[in-house]
Amino acid sequence: MQLVKDVVKPIVSGFGITAKRLKHDKVTIMYPEVKREQYTRTRWRHVLTRYDSGLERCIGCSLCAGACPARCIYVEAHENTDQERYSPGERYATRYEINMLRCIFCGFCQEACPTGAIVLRKDFELANYKREDFIYTKEMLLEPMPLIKE
Amino acid sequence: MPKRVETVVLHDSSTPVIGNVQTGGNVILTSLEYLINQARANSLWPLTFGLACCAIEMMGSVGARFDLARFGSEAFRATPRQADVMIIAGRLSKKMAPVLRQIYDQMPEPKWVISMGACASSGGVYNNYAIVQGADQVVPVDIYVPGCPPSPDALIYAFLKLQAKIKRGGNSKNLKTLRIIESVTGPRTLEEVNA
Repeated sequence: MQLVKDVVKPIVSGFGITAKRLKHDKVTIMYPEVKREQYTRTRWRHVLTRYDSGLERCIGCSLCAGACPARCIYVEAHENTDQERYSPGERYATRYEINMLRCIFCGFCQEACPTGAIVLRKDFELANYKREDFIYTKEMLLEPMPLIKE
Repeated sequence: MPKRVETVVLHDSSTPVIGNVQTGGNVILTSLEYLINQARANSLWPLTFGLACCAIEMMGSVGARFDLARFGSEAFRATPRQADVMIIAGRLSKKMAPVLRQIYDQMPEPKWVISMGACASSGGVYNNYAIVQGADQVVPVDIYVPGCPPSPDALIYAFLKLQAKIKRGGNSKNLKTLRIIESVTGPRTLEEVNA
């Protein structure tokens, strides 16, 4: 009787907890197949956005570079002409580079941008093998052209 | 695995050398090497080496929600003698750098290094006299993870990419050669490996 009380009963009650847990939902996110829903304010990879007309929002003012605490943004601006128009303003960015390794994804550039050109989206898969690959150029950051509606 | 012959230019000597460096296994043991690489890639034991706040996310990636154990990396070892991969999680101060190097040297070959977060990879926001501007000045880094700190799924993505690198890599003798090659040519993509 003592054996049942000391050994069998604790085992049964212990497995009872396990059995109760079995009907719980599984918490693991099967990451490479299933991606978890990111929070609304998650900040990851930068994107340079465009207007609906296809013109770039960035006007090359370098305010993002000034606001960046890690000094990882480099902007080189140039004048727009009527023949070559990239942005609706006077100037546009000829070069726009972000060092993704230095960037701390604080979102200050997004806050500083007067036209809402640079935004931090939710693509977090940025790991790579070489340090040189982390200098993201304007071509890599720029959004693709919007589809022209017929 | 097919034998790869590549032409590389070595930049680390004063005079650039152009020549053929052969990687891949020898004729008899090629299939065995493939098998060994699979085993190595799927049981990467990380070293418990948290330096700063990135370590919190590193710990989080072993938890139930992200579960690094699904990829064979749940066994965090507290000694470098039993570890395969070192995750430099956090800013590396100049005072810590010799310690990091010693621990790296104590790890048995083959060994890999993940540089986790902005500070370990490039110094990040700490561009000052106290912080090493990139852990690759001290140890050879195989994969960099940007982020401040990288979320656990970003770290798991880096693990998967490291596994892909190990699976296409040669044996441990060729690993140094491979590192030199990949530092010049860049690593191959998964499509190129499968082709």
